[in-house]
Amino acid sequence: MRLNLTVNGEPQQADDIWPGESLLYVLRERLGLPGAKNACEQGECGSCTVYLDGVPACSCLVAAGQAEGHDVVTVEGLAPGEDDLHPVQEAFVEAGAVQCGFCTPGLLVAAHNLVEHNQNPSDAEIREELAGNLCRCTGYEKILDAVRLAASRTRNRKQEAGT
Amino acid sequence: MTAPTNLESTTSGGVGDSPQRPDGTRKVKGEFAYSSDLWHDDMLWGATLRSPHPHAGITAIDIGEALATPGVHAVLTHDDVPGVRYYGLDHPDQPVLAIDRVRYQGEPVALVAAEHPEVARRAINKIGVHYQVLEPLTDPRRAAFDASAPRLHEHGNVVRHQPVRVGDVQKARAEADVVVQGEYQIGMQDQAFLGPESGLAVPAEDGGVDLYVATQWMHVDLRQIAPCLGLPEDKVRMTLSGVGGAFGAREDLSMQVHAAMLALHTGRPIKIVYNREESFYGHVHRHPAIMRYEHGATRDGKLVYAKAETILDGGAYTSSTANVVGNAASLGVGPYEVPNVEIDAYGVYTNNPPCGAMRGFGAVQACYAYESQMDKLAAALDMHPLDVRRVNAVSEGSKLATGQLVDTPAPLAEMLRRLKNIPLPDPTDNSDIRNLPGGVSNTTHGEGVRRGVGYGVGLKNICFSEGFDDYSTARVRLEVIGGEPAALVHTAAAEVGQGLVTLQAQIARTELGIERVTIAPADTQIGDAGSSSASRQSYMTGGAVKTACEAVRASLFGRAAARFGLPEEDLSLIGGKLISARAGVLVALADFLGDEVIEEVREYHHRPTTQVDPTTGQGDSHTQLALCVHRAVVDVDVELGLLKVVELSAVQDVGKILNRTSLEGQIHGGTAQGLGLAVMEEIQLSEGKLRNPSFTDYLIPTILDMPPMRLDILENADPHAPYGLRGAGEPSTLSSTPAIAAAIRDATGLSLPRVPVRPDDLTPTS
Repeated sequence: MRLNLTVNGEPQQADDIWPGESLLYVLRERLGLPGAKNACEQGECGSCTVYLDGVPACSCLVAAGQAEGHDVVTVEGLAPGEDDLHPVQEAFVEAGAVQCGFCTPGLLVAAHNLVEHNQNPSDAEIREELAGNLCRCTGYEKILDAVRLAASRTRNRKQEAGT
Repeated sequence: MTAPTNLESTTSGGVGDSPQRPDGTRKVKGEFAYSSDLWHDDMLWGATLRSPHPHAGITAIDIGEALATPGVHAVLTHDDVPGVRYYGLDHPDQPVLAIDRVRYQGEPVALVAAEHPEVARRAINKIGVHYQVLEPLTDPRRAAFDASAPRLHEHGNVVRHQPVRVGDVQKARAEADVVVQGEYQIGMQDQAFLGPESGLAVPAEDGGVDLYVATQWMHVDLRQIAPCLGLPEDKVRMTLSGVGGAFGAREDLSMQVHAAMLALHTGRPIKIVYNREESFYGHVHRHPAIMRYEHGATRDGKLVYAKAETILDGGAYTSSTANVVGNAASLGVGPYEVPNVEIDAYGVYTNNPPCGAMRGFGAVQACYAYESQMDKLAAALDMHPLDVRRVNAVSEGSKLATGQLVDTPAPLAEMLRRLKNIPLPDPTDNSDIRNLPGGVSNTTHGEGVRRGVGYGVGLKNICFSEGFDDYSTARVRLEVIGGEPAALVHTAAAEVGQGLVTLQAQIARTELGIERVTIAPADTQIGDAGSSSASRQSYMTGGAVKTACEAVRASLFGRAAARFGLPEEDLSLIGGKLISARAGVLVALADFLGDEVIEEVREYHHRPTTQVDPTTGQGDSHTQLALCVHRAVVDVDVELGLLKVVELSAVQDVGKILNRTSLEGQIHGGTAQGLGLAVMEEIQLSEGKLRNPSFTDYLIPTILDMPPMRLDILENADPHAPYGLRGAGEPSTLSSTPAIAAAIRDATGLSLPRVPVRPDDLTPTS
């Protein structure tokens, strides 16, 4: 089958898709976007998290056909420009929240969603928001640091912009 | 003018600083290529047929229907292995593909290459394997002691039995005022790295193969892969691709030989990616253990003897079981002075999944047992758990149970004092259910919730032990690029997430006084770096990079001394300048080097160790020892058996902090894996079959399970190690598990002789 969807703002088309393929497989193996990761492929680890029409979703649980005509944003589309990083991405590197990095793309989408909606999250709120993303390396302490940092920077930027 | 002597203060991003990871930006942009992200024109997908039985004979394999499937390019069995048909980390006993017998559920039997992964998956199910099912041997105690049990390997079912004998335990029993005994068990833990086993094999024109895989030790892979392929080692070229975590699980081979066989057979690049279920079958796990311990002490808490019998279930093949036994034996009584010791550690074969390396191996199991015993002793003597540990604590000058002298700082008593001084967390605020066991499941508002506090102490050997010369090799190249002095560092050491690439660059900056350092991709075009395990890479590859940098510096100083007529020992490199202690700045390094390139390759070896005596366990078997201590605070809902770890504090002596951010990440991460072992992580087996090979059923800690941590990091230098550092990857994994178990006991009053502690252990109904 043929699939049409929008990925990171660009219209994309993929042909000869086997109907059993997931959105994750299409992104990784057919569209050359391996950022979303394949750690469990059953919706438990969150490493494949992408935005589907603005809502974080496990792309491994979305059949390719369900994405027909929809809007997808992956980790590759979080940064505002080619040479820039989103504050969440900057904070993850700075705070040491990235070790092996395999969970990072999914966590970044989840954390991006959090700080876009809440620039002053409590630790309890951060933990609830990120509870669907497994990390095996960090013990999560530096991830909490990174999200706090990203939230405060986003807050400051929004204040400076007067919004 | 005087030249600054403290290099650390002048080199940004050097040793002691916490520069950002060089791969960090690529990782957060989704551009870092992990082994499962690789892609090649014209590539095929490989898949593996695995045994459904833990123990069976194979009488025939029919590949006809699978091979006839459209889109399938190859179906291979043991008959197609081009070279030696067995491999193994220590002992080549594992068939590349099963020959006439399978010894564990999940053992690879046949391979398929096809144009789409789903075609490959369906084709493996069309392979007809005729099994003659045999009774599995699944009881490790039977494997160790019952001569009538089925023999799984020609040399019997015991991989290694290592005794340790000190003094006279029988005699010492009479001196003990109090004796405590216990039998403890540890379930089978999985490393559960997130990046599945995967990689790409590309056939080369010279008849060889290029392998891009995620591994912990390329050279040991190479030494196993090349013979199986019937190729000389120089025809198998390995490059490390992005590694999505390791924790020991990538020390043994998984898909490497299989992908290379399919590539050589089809002449096409082959990609293999395990899914999570296959990953549970595709790597070794942490050895489950049954440990019987007995300690005797005087009324004031001084240990007079310890006796231990430890049985480690190695599963179907040898892997690193012998070394796990070595650690469980030599570290069997932990960091305590015990005048009389009798330890027997066994590693055995069973038809359970193969077990091998996982963070802290051998030491993790022993630590849970000896620390449970120390708490029992404290209770029997009505002493504080920290006091009974303190009065028996090793220090510099103590001897281990192996007779090895502790000849570097081991300030355990001071660490325990510091742990005690860390303030306890406030009582739980019951008004927010997110703070309570059960969380937003709304299972309690505080009724039935009891708080407990527990402690754990662990001792880990750093680097390989027992006479192994696990050296590392580094190449450092200094030249001018774009008008600036720049260094290239090349090793075969595996970056598995721990931050070794960051550290290598830090060392080169400090040693060469420059800012620009590039880390070359790790491959087998350079000498061995040893494994990214045993907490050893900061020490060994760090040592190799430092030594190679020193050689580059010496070569440079030789030339400078001749040119400026100054003694070499007066020279230093700071801020990209060549500096003389007498004459000040001599010249910018870039100007001095011009077009010249200085390149040096060096090996670094740690001080030699010896094997232990096979009957007494005596010997100087360890390179370095590291200590970590934990305090755990838990809240337990004693009615429902739910619990929440409220806080974990740790004190660790690391000798020297090279990169605080990375170091803290190691301590946090190791602690989290210890928490997993304490309260949730276990591969459940039934007659040798895995019952929970998925992240739905095998649980690892989430951000809700892992509590805030407080760390107190000490720097008592080890004079034998580069910069005085102590390996830091594993120690925190040891002590967090017994600390949490002790805290749960404190809250519930239950004996809890087994981890992971399950909800039904906390609500005994029988």
